[in-house]
Amino acid sequence: MARKVTGAEAFVECLRKENVEVIFGLPGGAILPIYDELYDSNIRHILVRHEQCAAHMADGFARATGRTGVCMATSGPGATNLVTGIANAYMDSVPIVAFTGQVPTSMIGNDAFQEANITGITLPITKINYLVKDASDLPRIIKEAFYVASTGRPGPVLVDIPKDVQTTKIEFEYPKTLELRGYKPTIGGHPLQIKRATKAIMDAERPIIYAGGGVIISGAHEELRALAELILAPVTTTLLGKGAFSETHPLSLGMVGMHGTKYANYAMTETDLIIAVGARFDDRVTGKLDAFAPNAKVVHIDIDPAEISKNVGADIPIVGDAKNILRELIKGLRKRPRAEWLNKIEKWKKESPLRYDRSGKELKPQFVVEQIYELCPDAIITTEVGQNQMWAAQYFKCQKPRTFISSGGLGTMGYGFPAAIGAKVGCPDKTVIDIAGDGSFQMTCQELATAVINDIPVKVAILNNKFLGMVRQWQELFYGKRYAATYLDTSPDFAKLAEAYGALGIEVTKPGEVKLAIEEAVRSDKPAVIDFKIAPEENVFPMVPAGAAINEIIDYEG
Amino acid sequence: MKHTLSVLVENKPGVLARVSGLFSRRGFNIDSLAVGVTENPEISRMTIVVEGDDRVLEQVTKQLNKLIDVIKVSDLMAEESVERELVMIKVVAEPKMRSEIMQIADIFRARIVDVSPKTLIIEVTGDEAKVNAMESLLKQFGIKELVRTGKVALTRGLKSVQEEK
Repeated sequence: MARKVTGAEAFVECLRKENVEVIFGLPGGAILPIYDELYDSNIRHILVRHEQCAAHMADGFARATGRTGVCMATSGPGATNLVTGIANAYMDSVPIVAFTGQVPTSMIGNDAFQEANITGITLPITKINYLVKDASDLPRIIKEAFYVASTGRPGPVLVDIPKDVQTTKIEFEYPKTLELRGYKPTIGGHPLQIKRATKAIMDAERPIIYAGGGVIISGAHEELRALAELILAPVTTTLLGKGAFSETHPLSLGMVGMHGTKYANYAMTETDLIIAVGARFDDRVTGKLDAFAPNAKVVHIDIDPAEISKNVGADIPIVGDAKNILRELIKGLRKRPRAEWLNKIEKWKKESPLRYDRSGKELKPQFVVEQIYELCPDAIITTEVGQNQMWAAQYFKCQKPRTFISSGGLGTMGYGFPAAIGAKVGCPDKTVIDIAGDGSFQMTCQELATAVINDIPVKVAILNNKFLGMVRQWQELFYGKRYAATYLDTSPDFAKLAEAYGALGIEVTKPGEVKLAIEEAVRSDKPAVIDFKIAPEENVFPMVPAGAAINEIIDYEG
Repeated sequence: MKHTLSVLVENKPGVLARVSGLFSRRGFNIDSLAVGVTENPEISRMTIVVEGDDRVLEQVTKQLNKLIDVIKVSDLMAEESVERELVMIKVVAEPKMRSEIMQIADIFRARIVDVSPKTLIIEVTGDEAKVNAMESLLKQFGIKELVRTGKVALTRGLKSVQEEK
């Protein structure tokens, strides 16, 4: 039987039905009735210091666990502060549901105090959003929100709840079924297309598997490995695909694209068949489109039909869930030797490995990442954006899905630290390390308070070069070393900053201190920040300049 | 090339903004847009006329299909569909010109829907060519105001833009 409850009570009840255990948020006037209701509930609420970080934490939680992350904010500035986090989740297909308070329905549109048209603002960065005008719609809308966020190509959904809706009494009943006429994601691949792909794969002399974040979202990593080992094709991944295929596997080529390995880019250029799985041929991957994989046929497996032939034309498109499609695809394939192709790749790997100058006394960022990998190969790594992100991607060899969490599409500086907190909340038994830069970390470092107070012992490894490093690198290479607005000359002492918040702070200036510092930080039961004072003008190589073909590579000349 | 998109959508607030946003984001100007409820009051039909690069339009169509509140999108081919637009033209009509204007209206099977001492409002329905021809003929008298509904279109014969995606 339906019973009478307030909108706020219904809200908490709905979240329980969706098995929500944790919410990242910050209260305010327009969402007080819901906070009052949460006060007595067993749903964990983690109070952030800035709403942007609530969205990033929900995002990190979702990427680490595969479950939908939830964040919450009040109306107006609370809601607008979520926007970067929502856009970030949208670009990287991360399932989060954001709830915002709104001014009472009678005041909407009147420029009331702390009113913002958040459904209007987030229109292009949500899969769908809702303004709840009738409290009795709330249960259905919440069910739809979680369903849409987590199915098909996942993404963020926002639900805006006016204050009076939170206090209105309704007959509560959680709907059992949903009817969404316009939303029916294709799950199974078309059998005929799969058959065509099978033939193309059997005919190919130089196939390459190009795996993206979709493999991880779909949970298709085992099927992907089975496919690679069966057809003996090398596998390269995108940034978000890291972990889809073990980077210690002999068939792994590491990451492709602007800062990918040379051998991945060479293989991509010479291949006669690209098997793209859950990847979207982003411009950071393809470089100059006209010169991208000039001799290749393309099999494109993706759940989102809008990705097919968006950037690179697909000869054989297969729309559906990667796991299902790969399973079907494997059935029709046989082992086929491709010694010549694999030998060529081995030769490239030997001739052009990832490398940097190991001779000097300076502390090198690549060395720091290598040490983190040596000491914590099973850690979940999050990154900020820029040089730190690329060094992490190049030198941390991911072996399992959901262990490398990075802002790919939007490239949001300040993402990694709150994402690490979210990941640690979702996976409390794992070591979680944010590989950061001094610029990025300062965008969200106030969340040290959140980590300390809520006892979320994440570790931050700042690769501190006193620069907005990636921008400086572009200025060095393409703007005649004119370092406009990239020198960060007044950063705080990060170790002391950490201590001021009650976290552990360590400063490292010499290569010899790296190992001990990482061990100390990981051993500590507190959140920790290690400030690695690295060589200030170290560059990320290899590098494909923007607009060049991906085999036109600048590399370290040692 | 000009395209006429027939889009079935949920009859809900915010849907029009989502649909138009996909065009404006890519710098496309919508030539005309007509929206109204269908035989099912929960569903509206938008007829969108837009000009643009075919490749980009294909991308927009896919993105339209992706919107949760969009039920079905079809790119209507002119030869397979019936297209109509309704236009009202307020034309300067001094008494001595009036009969000539009324004759033109007659030829086009247009109707006079308002008369004042110095103006007439003429209502004309038809495809784009007919409406344009009418407009250019009336120009000589002086057009004071003009309003068009935007094109609406339906596919000919048994075929229909079904609800299912």
